[in-house]
Amino acid sequence: MNELISIIPTLAGTPSVPVAEVLHATNLSWAGFIVWMPLISLVLCGLCAAFKVKTKAPAIITVICLGTSFLLTLMLWNGYTQPETIHLFDWLQIHWDGGSFVANFALYIDSLTLLWMLFVTGLGTLIAVYASEYMEHDVGKGYTRFFAGVSVFLFAMTCLVMGDNLLMLYLGWEGVGFASYWLIGYFYQKPAAVAAAKKAFIVNRIGDVGLALAIYLIWSTFGTVQYDGITTALEAHNYDGSFGGWTVHAIPYLLMLAAFGKSAQLPLYVWLPDAMEGPTPVSALIHAATMVTAGIYLIIRTYPLFMLDEYALPTVAWVGGLTAFFAATIGMAQYDIKRIMAYSTVSQLGYMFLGLGVITSYGAAYHVFTHAFFKAVLFLTCGAIMHGFAGQLDLRRLSGLRKMKGWKIVSYTMLIGCLCLAGFPLTSGYFSKDAILAEAFVTQGPGFAFLGWLAIFTAGLTAYYTFRVWFRVCAGPVHYEAGDELHGDDPASFRPHAPRFAINFVLVVIALGALIAALPYFMPNETEHIHGGWIAEMIHDSPAKAGVPGAVVEEHGTVDHDLGHGNILGMDPHKAMYYISGIVGFIGIGIALFFHLFCRSAADKLRGKLLASRATRWLPTAMENKWYVDEIYIATIRSPLWILGKIFALLDKYLIDGALVNGIAALPRATARWFSPLHNGAVQSYAISMVGGAVLIALLMLFMPEIVEFIQSISAQSANAEHVVATVGGGQ
Amino acid sequence: MSSFAPSALAGYLIVSGLLLTIGLVGFLVRRNLIVMFLCTELMFQGAAIAFVAVGRYLFDYSGQVMVIFILTVAAAEAALALALVVLLHRQKETLDADAYVELQE
Repeated sequence: MNELISIIPTLAGTPSVPVAEVLHATNLSWAGFIVWMPLISLVLCGLCAAFKVKTKAPAIITVICLGTSFLLTLMLWNGYTQPETIHLFDWLQIHWDGGSFVANFALYIDSLTLLWMLFVTGLGTLIAVYASEYMEHDVGKGYTRFFAGVSVFLFAMTCLVMGDNLLMLYLGWEGVGFASYWLIGYFYQKPAAVAAAKKAFIVNRIGDVGLALAIYLIWSTFGTVQYDGITTALEAHNYDGSFGGWTVHAIPYLLMLAAFGKSAQLPLYVWLPDAMEGPTPVSALIHAATMVTAGIYLIIRTYPLFMLDEYALPTVAWVGGLTAFFAATIGMAQYDIKRIMAYSTVSQLGYMFLGLGVITSYGAAYHVFTHAFFKAVLFLTCGAIMHGFAGQLDLRRLSGLRKMKGWKIVSYTMLIGCLCLAGFPLTSGYFSKDAILAEAFVTQGPGFAFLGWLAIFTAGLTAYYTFRVWFRVCAGPVHYEAGDELHGDDPASFRPHAPRFAINFVLVVIALGALIAALPYFMPNETEHIHGGWIAEMIHDSPAKAGVPGAVVEEHGTVDHDLGHGNILGMDPHKAMYYISGIVGFIGIGIALFFHLFCRSAADKLRGKLLASRATRWLPTAMENKWYVDEIYIATIRSPLWILGKIFALLDKYLIDGALVNGIAALPRATARWFSPLHNGAVQSYAISMVGGAVLIALLMLFMPEIVEFIQSISAQSANAEHVVATVGGGQ
Repeated sequence: MSSFAPSALAGYLIVSGLLLTIGLVGFLVRRNLIVMFLCTELMFQGAAIAFVAVGRYLFDYSGQVMVIFILTVAAAEAALALALVVLLHRQKETLDADAYVELQE
């Protein structure tokens, strides 16, 4: 299509500018409804709450509205030719002498936006369908609140992804954080859920400070917060970072902080595992598929800014690689299957950041895309199990689900998700992960080869912990125990209730999506030179085209990309990685097969042996306790802050309130205590004081000459004394 | 109109001072409202004698003008005060000043 457009002006014999105008004149304002539909859904859910609707109406409304959003996105994608700005309304327009701040409520539609919007709205719709059945025990109670939260989330996420300036992204960024808080704390009577919601919100705030500062610095450096304007400014300076001084070097790190907060990377990842206290559809939608990829979106969107600092992208790579490994080690030792999935999400997000860091925005985006599907399916199967077994999530208390009636779809869709997550050959996760792993060996950078090997090892760990779940829960002899959400039923007579149509339908659709997500890799490219299929095509139009294999990029001078072509064990990484990661995946699955299906007692024995020996005891203990990171944070950050807070509370109580406020208030009262006896109501005492005063005045007047004389004599004496001292001092 | 000697003035002033002092002491030591009121009238008259005497001594009629004012005010005040005393007596059946201490509130 791009070639076609460039041909038109030559045929017509006119310069290209009018054509661009014609294209901009095409009325795309209907695309605004992609943003408005979730908002309409929110309003309707609010009406449902106001009229106390006791049916599934909120779910139907939300599904219809989100489905419309998805269809509109599909239409927009279908008619997409080149990046375009769709102006919805003027938002912030401040002009003054020599400057301006413009942030309109406008949509920036390029292929990157569309890629994100396709899976955000698509998965959003499917997960709303799933939730309509999953949340049915709350119909008439929290049902409306839940779907209103989902609508808020989708509205904020569309603002974040589709906005044409950083301020709109910020609006969406805060909005998704708020929706996340709303939905994690959905079971607000559960203290753990409330604590998790607060934790997510507060940890995210730390990152958001980075984003706010970054937006300010971008505006003060480039004079605009619109993506177009930033690109123009960078082009005007020929992508040379020396013009902006220190700010140019500070911006990527601040953006990084924001991305690491939202996408749960190493210093700030602690909120994500706790966020699993929310209902499972929320975990699948917000905390696995969409919101947590906002950090990756942010970095891809501002990729040229990261190119301006030599160490920005390597930092991203190191944080991502270490997080991937670190979270995988924790995931290996957990027993709660939803928590394992949470750590695996942190780990996979780490892979995506590694991909961004080693300059394969294509690999990162592809992994975001495939991960959205297979992680959604994994979470949704976990949710189905939790739903059916009264909240049971412990993999030691569930076994052999695939042999139980009604659980086949759950078991096999979970298998598909596990295969993709483990990077089993020819699944979608295999291709997307390989794109990142191979590039770690291709791109030259500090320690990138080490990170590559670490990521390969992590891939093995991933395969192990993924199949640990599947072999334990879905394979083996049939055995189950009910969880603690029995609602008064007798545990002995507990019968799990298998998922019905809505859950099964959504599971099958998303699992098929996870399989089909491998196909974009094989799609032919329309653009010359580049390879990598449909995703590469989608990224090639975006600011991050430097990360597309084979893309012609003139703009960055700091990082050499695709020049050395690298090698791994003397082979071309892109080809060798197919075998290496495949083999590593097989080894991981094999170990899981032995420990968790064939010989389950061996796993306990190994654990016992490790615990028995003094030298190795720390390993399982630390891993099961999540490396004590929460405890370290409590000791190093929370307790000092808590103590500081207590000190300030005491200062407030005793200094501000006590001494200043109440002290000043007590002053008149104390004075009054002295003088109030005078005001006793007895006429004679008033008369006495009056007479006393009159006598005093009379005496003063009588003796006034003597008093004046006395005062004059005293002052004269002291003046004399000074004079004497002065003369004595002067004489010496 | 003739003046009189300072020694004669002293006599008037002594009477004036005595009247003022008697009124003052009476006001302070008695509790009956009517008696207290009479004592204030005594003090008024003491002041009035001093005004007239000094005015006469200095050949100045302002003293006598002032006395006219004092008498007028005292008359008005007497009417008002006695009315109040009657009202107070209706309230409490007593004219003891200490009975009305709560008026401080």
